[in-house]
Amino acid sequence: MRDADFFRRWMVATAAVVEREADRLTELDSPIGDADHGSNLMRGFTAVRAALNKDTPAAPGAVLQHAGRTLISTVGGASGPLYGTLLRRTGKELGDAAEVSDEDFRGALDAGVGAVARLGGAAPGDKTMLDALIPGVAALGTSYRAAADAAEGGALATVPMRAHKGRASYLGERSVGHQDPGATSSALLLGALADVADGLL
Amino acid sequence: MTGREAGGPGARGSEAGGSAAADPAGAGPGPVGIVLVSHSAAVAASVADLARGLAAGGPVAPVAAAGGTADGGLGTSAELILAAAREVDRGAGIALLVDLGSAVLTVKALLEDDELPPGARLVDAPFVEGATAAVVAASAGASLEAVASAAGEAYSYRKN
Repeated sequence: MRDADFFRRWMVATAAVVEREADRLTELDSPIGDADHGSNLMRGFTAVRAALNKDTPAAPGAVLQHAGRTLISTVGGASGPLYGTLLRRTGKELGDAAEVSDEDFRGALDAGVGAVARLGGAAPGDKTMLDALIPGVAALGTSYRAAADAAEGGALATVPMRAHKGRASYLGERSVGHQDPGATSSALLLGALADVADGLL
Repeated sequence: MTGREAGGPGARGSEAGGSAAADPAGAGPGPVGIVLVSHSAAVAASVADLARGLAAGGPVAPVAAAGGTADGGLGTSAELILAAAREVDRGAGIALLVDLGSAVLTVKALLEDDELPPGARLVDAPFVEGATAAVVAASAGASLEAVASAAGEAYSYRKN
């Protein structure tokens, strides 16, 4: 069973890895985006870390909802509502239980990914964060590490894709050959989850 | 600021108004409020001015701009959107018009979680043309449904 502190540590670990990888995310966002993904996400997750360290809600669902709300109000780019919706919906699905099973969490995260798909209107293969999240969540039944690896593989697989959503889609064929920044940060999110679940953080 | 707020002469500023263009006696809800959300504060403010200017000739429905991030950069601020929505809410609904990307997604995310006032609605319309149509319709006392429809009709006006 996973308690609120597990989810707080996941968010704190995500903030750390986003901070570490911010320059790379922004670099990936330069040829096909507006070169702000790293700085935007870092601002968002830094705010999440500060909010949760100041006042950690008692239930896992509330931790993720608080994190999601914070992202929506601090990021300023499309990743704010997208990651915000992912965490908020996942948190809502978890309800107000003080502890949740891995299986419940898997179902909740799956619902969160579905909410992201509806919000952005993207489908798999559109070169978006879904291309990392969908394979990641599908592998969650095996292990957290398998989910992280699948998400990482999904992010790498966005390189030959042509973007069909967001600013990158304006570039048409010229979006091919670049790894999607949102899929990359989604892999970081699931990587941080695996690190926390494996007791590495 | 161009034009007057609905509510008649003397009504000034965001807290003014309250009586509807369609209901000068003030017995019912006021006009539909319009929120313009752009990545750029300058774009949102200018489109608001343009729409108010083109709607002028009588009382103009409340219009608020929510452009850029809270620190003045390009992007979208949930807080500015919420503040703008509260500012124009006269109880008859709020039509939100957006430009692209995070502006669309942020409004959708706020609606999804019922954070905007009741009656708030994301209108599917081109930004400049839709804003003008929405402000003209709202100032004439149209319902939220009619305001949304007028704004959306701007898509059907071909320029070539």
